[in-house]
Amino acid sequence: MALVWKDLVVELRGREFLGAMVAFALITIVTLNFAFDLSGSEREASGAGGLWIAFLFSGTLGLGRSIAVERDRGTLEGLSLCPVPAGAIFLGKFLSNLAFILIVQVVALPVFAALYNLPALRPLVLLIALVGAAGFAALGTLFSAVSASSRSREILMPVLLFPLSIPIVIGTVRVTTLVFQDRSGEAWPWFNLLAAFDVVFVSLAYVVFDLVLED
Amino acid sequence: MNNVQRRSDLPTQALGLMATLILSVGIYMAFVYVPADRVQGDAQRIFYVHVPMAWLAYLAFAVIFVGSVGYLWKRSMRMDRLARASAELGFLFTTLVLVTGSIWGRPIWNAWWSWDARLTTTLILWFIYLGYFVLRSYAGDRERGARYAAVLGIVGAIDIPIIHLSVTWWRTLHPEPIVLNTSGPNLPNSMLATLLVCFAGFTLLYIYLLVQKYRVELVRDTLAEREMTMMLNSRPHAHGSTSQVPTSPSSRSRITTPGDTVGASED
Repeated sequence: MALVWKDLVVELRGREFLGAMVAFALITIVTLNFAFDLSGSEREASGAGGLWIAFLFSGTLGLGRSIAVERDRGTLEGLSLCPVPAGAIFLGKFLSNLAFILIVQVVALPVFAALYNLPALRPLVLLIALVGAAGFAALGTLFSAVSASSRSREILMPVLLFPLSIPIVIGTVRVTTLVFQDRSGEAWPWFNLLAAFDVVFVSLAYVVFDLVLED
Repeated sequence: MNNVQRRSDLPTQALGLMATLILSVGIYMAFVYVPADRVQGDAQRIFYVHVPMAWLAYLAFAVIFVGSVGYLWKRSMRMDRLARASAELGFLFTTLVLVTGSIWGRPIWNAWWSWDARLTTTLILWFIYLGYFVLRSYAGDRERGARYAAVLGIVGAIDIPIIHLSVTWWRTLHPEPIVLNTSGPNLPNSMLATLLVCFAGFTLLYIYLLVQKYRVELVRDTLAEREMTMMLNSRPHAHGSTSQVPTSPSSRSRITTPGDTVGASED
């Protein structure tokens, strides 16, 4: 889709916040080392939790700006004047935001695996990273649009987004922990649950998105 | 004018009176009629307050959902006011549920808090309420605030069951043993009766407060609108907008007859 392509091109030319997102995710991962004891017996669980905290924070940081930037540049008006339904704008923003999160994960996961000696590159972890990122990107895109026009969007975004994305955090952290503990077999129910959440969140955001863009 | 006010208020007053009456009976039953729990002692009595309020905490969000859908569909400020009124009450009851639960948990669990599924969901509900107010206060524009809040009301209402589901899974799949003595549905009759009376009383109280809160929001909206028209009138170049000005004061003054109430609430 043209909108996704446009976002990716703009971002690759400017590297405005993708760089910041990656840097933020990495520094969060490093800071984990001081916040938790990652050498003890609980390191699988706290490592998995920390990894997703890093993605949650950097995702909130990046996504919070994705619609606001369009508004500031005045390109959001241009987009809404385009003869496409608001749902298409949502899908475009959603997919480009998802791409950004995935890029951050592609960089951060090997670093995490190397720093903490945890098997963060197993296919199951990569899969749950994708599934979790999709649901998060759907909610994040919606609330990015909600907070874009407000005075203090940096505060508003996490206050709205964090409580609502708790299910995603729980699911992804559980799966990652189980994989780290070599209990991947128990992770499948969580996959189904998270996939169902993704469907709900994406379709919900798709439906209500044009109500947010109205002005 | 005063007569109109009186007559329209009669059902509300009856409602308030009934809520008071039933709640008084409920309090009497909870403290005097019902015997103390054999295991928990008198601490268990807080349940007759706690459980109905928990029900209201979730009922209030259901009402927000109805108001939100209604607002987005019909674009009437009435529906928005309903959601607004219910949000404040829901936040109040959610806070009280968390507080009364903690007070009970301290002697029974020997801890103020436990990461049990129901507690966790209610805590997140509290944060969603909080986000709802933050969103409204930051939105600036009234219409936009109503619209955004309605979106959050819908997304939140659909998300709460999802949160509860995932939290329950998280707890049950978690190996940590938590001995939670959730009293089963087979309550003794006296306890059940007390609980039901309290349920009825609290629900009536909620409806009564909702009506009153709705009126406060109505007065607030009217005030804001009146301020707008006054500002428009005082501005010398307001010719373009004069067409809307004459209609509003006449219709407004009919709805909000008690000028003294308006003045009082402004203080």
